Parts: sequence; C-alpha cells; structure tokens
Amino acid sequence: MTPRTAFEKIWADHLVADLGDDTGLLLIDRILLHERTGGVALNSLAEAGRTVAAPTQVFATMDHVVDTRPGRTDTTMMPTGTRFIAATRAAAHAAGLTLFDLDDPRQGIVHVISPELAIVLPGLTLVCPDSHTCSQGALGALAWGIGSTEAEHALATNTLRVGKPKTMRVTVTGRLGAGVTAKDLALHLLDRFGSSGAKGHVVEYAGEAVRALDIEARLTLCNMATEFSAFSAFIAPDEVTFDYLRGRAYAPEGAEWDRAVENWRGLVTDAGAMFDAELTVDAADVAPMVSWGTSPQQAVPLGRPVPDHDAIAGRDTREAYDRALAYMGLKAGQAIEGLAIDAAFIGSCTNSRLSDLRRAAAILKGRRVADGVRAICVPGSTMVKAAAEAEGLDRVFRNAGFEWRESGCSMCFFAGGESFGVQERVISSTNRNFESRQGPGTRTHLASPETVAASAVAGRIADPRPIGA
Amino acid sequence: MTPFTILTAIAAPLIRDNIDTDAIIPSREMKSIGKTGLADGLFAGWRYTAIGSREPDPSFILNDPRYAGAQILLAGANVGCGSSREHAVWALAEYGFRAIVAASFNPIFRGNCVRNGIVPVEIDAMLIDADGPITIDLPRQTLTSASGRDIAFAIDAEAKAMLIGGLDAIDMTLTRAAEIARFREADRNRRPWAYL
Ligand code: SF4
Repeated sequence: MTPRTAFEKIWADHLVADLGDDTGLLLIDRILLHERTGGVALNSLAEAGRTVAAPTQVFATMDHVVDTRPGRTDTTMMPTGTRFIAATRAAAHAAGLTLFDLDDPRQGIVHVISPELAIVLPGLTLVCPDSHTCSQGALGALAWGIGSTEAEHALATNTLRVGKPKTMRVTVTGRLGAGVTAKDLALHLLDRFGSSGAKGHVVEYAGEAVRALDIEARLTLCNMATEFSAFSAFIAPDEVTFDYLRGRAYAPEGAEWDRAVENWRGLVTDAGAMFDAELTVDAADVAPMVSWGTSPQQAVPLGRPVPDHDAIAGRDTREAYDRALAYMGLKAGQAIEGLAIDAAFIGSCTNSRLSDLRRAAAILKGRRVADGVRAICVPGSTMVKAAAEAEGLDRVFRNAGFEWRESGCSMCFFAGGESFGVQERVISSTNRNFESRQGPGTRTHLASPETVAASAVAGRIADPRPIGA
Repeated sequence: MTPFTILTAIAAPLIRDNIDTDAIIPSREMKSIGKTGLADGLFAGWRYTAIGSREPDPSFILNDPRYAGAQILLAGANVGCGSSREHAVWALAEYGFRAIVAASFNPIFRGNCVRNGIVPVEIDAMLIDADGPITIDLPRQTLTSASGRDIAFAIDAEAKAMLIGGLDAIDMTLTRAAEIARFREADRNRRPWAYL
C-alpha cells in the first residue's frame, strides 16, 4: 500500500462521498459551539426549520463575552453580551445539546475544555465556528475552524463539504533550550516563514522537539497554526497523548479504551509518505520571542531590535511595515526588550492552562508587579482555575499584584466592553496582535507566559531567563 | 442566495496585505445575535474618524466618491485572516460587495464568501487596471480589467457550482441523508468510541 500521511488516513476514514474536484463529504464527529457564534448558528438553523442531527455529539460553552471578574453573573461588560448568552442558552437547551453554562464546573474557553474533558480524541473530526479550533489537532484529531453557515451544515447533516487541504510537515529537530517554550516556537515559525507560510495546509508538527512537548505545550503550538494561515494543525498521537486522555470525562473506558488506543496508534504518518510541502527548523535556533508589530509574523527574539524594512521586505510591504510601526509607536532599530509597559495579560486559549500558570507563578513567587502596571491572569477554564487554587497559585498571582479572574476569553479580544486603553502597551500571552485586538488603539506584544510575568515584574519587556523559571 | 454569473462593477482598491476580520468588522460592531445590521460597522475602525463615531474619514477608500457603489473589493494577500467570524462576510455582502479580488484568501474566510454569494477571485490585485468598471465572468473564470485585458482565475468546481446556482449547501447535502446514515451505521461498529 502507498505510504500515507496521518491526515490522509483520517480523511479516508471520514469520507462519506467523493464530491469530485478534490472535495469530500466528510463525516463530522464533534461540533463545539460558543455563545459568540454558536447562538447565531443554532437560531438560524431553527429558523430554517432544521434540527441538530446528533445532539449528543455537540457541546456548547460560554467563554467569549462572559464577564471574568469575580462574582460574575449573566451581565456582561459588552453592551449586548447578555443577549448572546441568553440566546445560546435557550437554543442549546431547545436543541438538547450539552451546555457548559456559567455556573458549570466544566465551563471554560472552548479549546481548553475540549481536551481536558476528552471531547476531542485522536482520529476524530472536530469543528467549531472559531479559528483557533486548530489547537485541538494537538491531540491527533483533525480539528478546524469554520464559519457559522458551515456550522449549521455540520449540525444539520453530521457532515461538511470540504475541499481537501494540502499537507505540510514542519519538523523541529533537537530540543528547545531552557526557558524556551512552544509559544516561542510558534512565533519563531511566523517570523521565519511569514503569516501566510502554511497557507491552506494541514500542518503536521513533527520531530524530536515536538515529541518532547507535553500536551499543554502541543496545544499552544497548534493554537497558532491559524496565525500561520494553516487549514489546521496536527500532532500524531503517542503515549503522551494516551496518558493525558485516560480517565477524562468523555474518554472511552475499559475494552473500548483499549480498542481505541489500538486504532489511534495507527494514526501516524507512514515512512516515505509525501507532503505537499516540508519545512525544517532546528530547535536550537529558537529563542524567547516577542512581537513588535500588528501581525503575528512581526516578531523578533528578545534582545533584538525592530528589524529594518529591508530585512523583511519580501514579506511586509513598506506600507504595512510603516503602518505597524506607527500604530505600535516604535521606530526601526528600536530595542523591544526594555520597552516600558502599561499592562500584562496571562490568559487565552494559547497560554492559560495549568502548566502555563505554574511557569508564570514560578517567576512571580516572592516578587511584585512593577508600580503602574496593571496585571491580569485569567485561567483558561474553571477546572484550571480550581486546580491552580488547589496548589496555591492564585495566592502567588494575587500577592504579586495580579488580578485573579474567572475563566473566559476576557481581554484576549475586545468585544465592546472591557479593554486596555488607547496606546497602552500590553505584554500578552495571547495569539493576536492586530490593531485594536485588545482594545481600541491598544498596543499588544505577544509573548510566552513567563515573558509576560517577568515583564510585569520589571515594568518593561524583559527576558524571563535570568530570573530562571 | 443570489446566483452569480457575470458582474460588471466599480472595484474599490484596498490593497493591504493581511486585512483581518477584526478590521473588516470590529467585534464591538457585532452587537446583534443575527446576521444583519452589520454594513454600518464594515471597516469601522478605518472608515470613521474615531471609535464609535459615524463621521466618514475622507482618506478611507470607501468614502471616496469615485468608489461609491463599488461591488468588487480589491484586497492584498491573505485577506480575511484572523477570527473565523462570518460577520465579516455578512457585513461585506450587506454593504453590496459581490466579489473580492486578492492574491490569496484565508481558508475559512474564503469558505464563508462562497456560502454567502461573494466570489473569491484569486488574482494579485496589484496587477489589475481598475481605473473604471471591471468585469468578473464566473462561468468563464475570467476577470476583465478596465483596460479590457482578460485574466483567468481558478476556482474549485464545488464553489463555482454553488455560486452560479445560488445553491444552499445544506439542501445539497441533505439529498444524501440516507447515504450518510448508512456510513454512520458502519462507522459506529468500526469506531464505537467516536459516538457519544
Ligand atoms: S481566548 Fe482569544 S483566541 Fe482563544 S477562543 Fe477566546 S477570543 Fe479566541
């Protein structure tokens, strides 16, 4: 048999019908919804007189517009946010879906809770009307973000009509250095290959450095595949994956578990299988990264200045480059490390899991956030929050001067309510530094949680390594 | 969905790379839980003089009287990157856009365009003379620039058929409901753990 990529195996397993011209009718195993786009899809479906075909395989959560301040209610900072919550709740109940509502201990950011509840499993197809669904490919699933109309299609038919994406393998050889994280690797890839670098491909991350990552770090790496313009990301399931999933809420049990694992072991790319594109990077070349512009590809290793336009001319037009610098209030050649910050944010589906909080807390322990810096930590799920509190991390954050929040997307994006201020400089563990992403006129610098923590303490963008996590 | 065959219209050049969906429709402009009432918020951050204001910024291309009534948008590479929000496409469609010409499209955004009757034309917009109306002929897969030059573009057959026929993908798929049910039946035996 011709050697196949893991992606091709999953594609073949789900191909209900070949629609011609490289388009397949694919069976969809899991559909996830959140209140920002899920309510719209469910309502529109109902208005068209259609029903959810397999409600037991559909899960909804409240994460995007919910308040994250302690003691929250349905009232949101976003002026009309309460309506999104109410509409999603009503529609989810009417359709008979599983909903992780505000008061549910399983509530949280959709891409954080799905792995921790084992809703996503290796070899499944999983979709969500949210671009960071690619995160979940870290568990060996084919998971990708779709629009609301496509979500309606999946809900109504258990399938999607999908143009077969091209494949790309990104092999990361060697090991990441001490204090260098999956987030830095994601930013390194964007800096090096550009934000269109994986355009439309399913990216399989492979190589020793990737195998060495735990599941939470793999989720971080895959999370930013959408910033890389990928169709999705994928990491072949292995013992690390199985150990992570075993015993979780929706994982199979007993004999079914054994049968599943046996099947999952086959979801690897065969030796000799061909990809449409291959990239290789050496983990030793990856350093802690920070973004300087308004596109995630506009990033540099800490300690390096804003590049001259000449150095990146093949990627950013002069206009885009000048526009980014003007927005960020920076000049060519200016140092990024040492820039004074107004705020620090740890949260989002990129970096808000327990290991992220632990690493940040290790830096914050016994230290204080610099005067004048507003620092916020938002755990990615209610389960992460509870686990962090059980080991006292909340006290470390609070004692350092961080706000300690309820789980949700929070200030990862500006929904129209709470935000950072105009021209405020924020160091953030999130995934997008677009203009006004975290608030009108807000200047976002993307970095790892440890860099955010070290910077919060220094009051300026700082390398976490001297502090030593 | 309105079928699309041939369109001759003014094209507004907004040729910046990486125009993200937050820029196309800022989150703060997505106030309702429906798909309508979004045109006013289209490009709000660039189109108006200040956040929350509705005073047109004269330097923004859509406020230039020469491009009033534009139905084609010329954009830079990787258009529609960022959030998967379909509101970006709903806003563009409601404003009146029927086609977008760009060197490359974000895959989710591209799918959203097709499902809402907007033709994604993958051509480097810098190469097009848009000094006057241009024509997009979907059946022939050509774009005719203002100076009369024809440029061919690629589009997959499924997207083309949906756009030309104004077809609803769900209806198309539901004609295969029995086939899907049979597939699920067999698959359940193969992968019981996938079924909750
Ligand atoms: S945390 Fe941010 S990026 Fe992730 S799903 Fe929420 S809004 Fe999107």
